[in-house]
Amino acid sequence: MSNLLNYTLRIADNAMILGQRMSQWCSNGPTLEEDIAMVNISLDLFGQANGFYEYASSVDGTKSADDFAFLRSEREYLNNLIVEQKNGHFGDTIVRNFLFDVYTVLFYTKLGKSKDEILSALGSKSLKEAKYHLRHSSNWLIRLGDGTQESKGKIQKSLNNIWMFTGNLFEMDVLDSEMASAGIGVDNIALKSDWDKKVNEILDKAKLSRPKDAYMQTGSKNGIHTEHLGHLLSEMQYLQRAHPNAKW
Amino acid sequence: MSDNTDVWEVFIQSKNGLPHKHAGSVHATDKEMALQNARDLYTRRNEGSSIWVVKTTDIVASQAEDADLFFDPSDDKVYRHPTFYTMPDGAKHI
Amino acid sequence: MKEEKFQARIDAEQKIEPKDWMPDAYRKHLIRQISQHAHSEVIGMQPEGNWVTRAPSLRAKMILLAKIQDEAGHGLYLYSACETLGVSREQLVQQLHDGKAKYSSIFNYPTLNWADMGAVGWLVDGAAIVNQVSLQRTSYGPYSRGMIRICKEESFHQRQGYEIMATMASGTPEQKQMAQDALNRIWWPSIMMFGPHDSDSPRSGNALKWKIKRETNDELRQKFIDKTVQQTEVIGLTIPDPDLKWNKERGHYDFGEINWEEFWNVVKGNGPCNKQRLDHHKKAHSEGKWVRDAARVHQNKKELVTT
Repeated sequence: MSNLLNYTLRIADNAMILGQRMSQWCSNGPTLEEDIAMVNISLDLFGQANGFYEYASSVDGTKSADDFAFLRSEREYLNNLIVEQKNGHFGDTIVRNFLFDVYTVLFYTKLGKSKDEILSALGSKSLKEAKYHLRHSSNWLIRLGDGTQESKGKIQKSLNNIWMFTGNLFEMDVLDSEMASAGIGVDNIALKSDWDKKVNEILDKAKLSRPKDAYMQTGSKNGIHTEHLGHLLSEMQYLQRAHPNAKW
Repeated sequence: MSDNTDVWEVFIQSKNGLPHKHAGSVHATDKEMALQNARDLYTRRNEGSSIWVVKTTDIVASQAEDADLFFDPSDDKVYRHPTFYTMPDGAKHI
Repeated sequence: MKEEKFQARIDAEQKIEPKDWMPDAYRKHLIRQISQHAHSEVIGMQPEGNWVTRAPSLRAKMILLAKIQDEAGHGLYLYSACETLGVSREQLVQQLHDGKAKYSSIFNYPTLNWADMGAVGWLVDGAAIVNQVSLQRTSYGPYSRGMIRICKEESFHQRQGYEIMATMASGTPEQKQMAQDALNRIWWPSIMMFGPHDSDSPRSGNALKWKIKRETNDELRQKFIDKTVQQTEVIGLTIPDPDLKWNKERGHYDFGEINWEEFWNVVKGNGPCNKQRLDHHKKAHSEGKWVRDAARVHQNKKELVTT
């Protein structure tokens, strides 16, 4: 697999998996308004995934966007670990999304300057949506962190539980380094200090404590995932797998 | 705790230069939420370049010309909304 | 006197607005009808949400999500219109949970295979469109404006469904079988959506007099069937009604008698999914209470961000 294809799939997979998670909130939101907001976010994410998978398809030359989304197996998926974590309750979702949203705003900002025209265009377009998502998750984090005693307790716990997946966002493997040197990809390590700044700012407003950095989970760049991904994929891919060669 | 949230009226400007038009209402507990809910609900098909949200209780409306048809002549409440009334804690079925 | 002036306005095709005087019965009728319409949109998200995580392509997924999002939005427009009549969202939700308010019976049927997404979009939204186009001319202002907005958004819903059915009907043998199976299960509940015969519908009289309703149940049902038969033939599927036949004299399709026992049974709460739908709604509502409480408590603190 070419560097460009691999790199593009990593981005596409993040959007796809988080999109799938958010679509699971359909008819389950705490208010009807939030149901719409979360489905809206899901739709944005699938739109992003589609854009990146279409590019992957043209880079690859044989597989279609749907082939990449529906016919790759667990170890072939390259998304970051944080996006495959379960929705849990609303607070778990908000925390997961917030930590990822801060990253994607920074990531897409840099990607928008990529020497690869398509990645640059996709990055700029996705950035608008990512900013809107970040506003949504930041404000909810604040409302819940500085809401009732119950909400504060719940959301602090969500934060503590998911923290170990944040380090994975800032890893740079050989592929990342090559892509960054070529001016095509993003230097994740360089994003860390701005990420810290933004996260700390919002946690402060939310009156929450930042968990201590301890062991960080890793492996996504080699397709080593948590057990959650397998279940998510079997549900998502079921129809295509059950009816090979059918057109939908 | 009552589950009622404030109602906000939504006004959308569909294109630059046009006036803001009343589109309906949303529920929200703060103005950020009201703006976002209004955007998600009323501009899904790119129908807006600008959104105003105003708490329903802040709207002052004129009286209808047929005053004798009025049920409640002295008000400038826009809607007969039960949440405009503060209920004492513990009162049931109201 | 007030009643006479009110009826004169109705007869003159004027719109009644929230601040206008209206008979108590008119207000009550509207609250019931609009809220049940709103509840239907919201409950309707469940049978479709059931398949959204299993949609078989990126395009199908996005289209279905957009449709469900629209439905939630329609629910909100309608709750919004209903609240102008002096009832709160909380009360309306409570009525739904208590079983005092109903929603369209069609959503008490399960969605069993992907083709159901096609059949629901094509038939259920199709039937809703027939009803809603008529309601655009309803006498109550906020309801009428809500319906106009809804109708503008509804057209892609039916096309989405029909496209799924057409694709599957001309696909693999398994796909065609699934499509026919979905049609077999969803046809009769869809035409039941128009309600009982007018002769068995006690509220119809007032609804028509006050121009809340503009056409009768049977008229709307006939319109829907006439439209849909030809669409079915084009994609090579068969409507599960042996009595369906073009009647040259009437200029309409004759069709078989609805199973009224099934109809009333489901209305009474004994359909396949009645309990499940309501339990689901109650569960989401109660699990979200801590979130709503936190938002309300936070209301007075002003630390939110705009970037």
